Amino acid sequence: MSTLSTRLLEIRTGVLSKNDQLAARLRERFQAAGVLALNFVSSPGSGKTALLERTLAELVRAGRRPAALVGDLATDNDARRLERSGALVRQIETRDMCHLEAEMISAHLDAAGWNLAELDFLFIENVGNLVCPSGYDLGEQVRVVLLSVTEGEDKPVKYPVLFTSADVAIITKLDLAEACGIDLALMRRNIEEVRPGITIFETSARTGAGMDAWLAWLLARCVEG
Amino acid sequence: MHELSIALSLVEIVEEAARRAGAERVVAVHLRLGAMSGVVQEALEFCFPLAAQNTLVEGARLEIETVPLVLACAPCGRDVQPEEGSFRCPFCGAPSMHIRQGRELEVTGVEVPDPEPAMEER
Repeated sequence: MSTLSTRLLEIRTGVLSKNDQLAARLRERFQAAGVLALNFVSSPGSGKTALLERTLAELVRAGRRPAALVGDLATDNDARRLERSGALVRQIETRDMCHLEAEMISAHLDAAGWNLAELDFLFIENVGNLVCPSGYDLGEQVRVVLLSVTEGEDKPVKYPVLFTSADVAIITKLDLAEACGIDLALMRRNIEEVRPGITIFETSARTGAGMDAWLAWLLARCVEG
Repeated sequence: MHELSIALSLVEIVEEAARRAGAERVVAVHLRLGAMSGVVQEALEFCFPLAAQNTLVEGARLEIETVPLVLACAPCGRDVQPEEGSFRCPFCGAPSMHIRQGRELEVTGVEVPDPEPAMEER
């Protein structure tokens, strides 16, 4: 029996290189336009939309110009919620996709026709999923991972890949911390265990607790950027 | 489950490389997969043949080399391999956020049939 003779084509290409290249171009566009792009990732129901609602409203009140792209498998419910803030909002319906990709961001920015130079912030709300969005760069300058107190202290160590890719962590639903019997110090330690040195905020979008520190951080970044 | 998207991107890259080399089909694909790539090996192995259907890659073997997580430990001044699930140096216990390797998700080689037939008669 003869074995098939083969030759090896040596290539070294990242499987997500197309996405990475597109993301790099988006990042250049954001930087050139002076807009701070943030990618919000978390499990479903951790409070991304609630935090964004309050964040957008506060930024509009402060005279800033935020916009948001909101990813969900279906419905434009989140976009309709966020529009009340007065910010520019566009829904991305991914249908069966469990994450956003750079191409979707690019296409939806074009379709929205926003002038990036007139924006200060672009918030991208990813699909609620603690696994799949981690490998997809969307061209953001800051990746924000949210973790609600209802999810338990050990989420970061159970899902390290997403947490290690984040620049900022926000513990949400602080108003429910006591009812959940959560150990906040342990939750913070677990976040730091997989992502040492990460910036952590604790917020409640309902009561407004902790929002000042988060907003101050955003505004400082905007001025720097 | 985003492994089908990953498999589709993988097949696209491999098919392009094979076509550029003038190959009519692909025999094997070599992939480096990091422990922190966020991709489940078994799920990718399941999705790969599906993504390869009706392409030059159909029927190809997928050979995966797994890459462990390696961190740069500042206090020790060297690269270290932490225990599974840990981001601490196994020697000094310091946490590290500097990932040296472990995020890989890259094609390193594509095996295609040799255009010269093997000289079996001689």
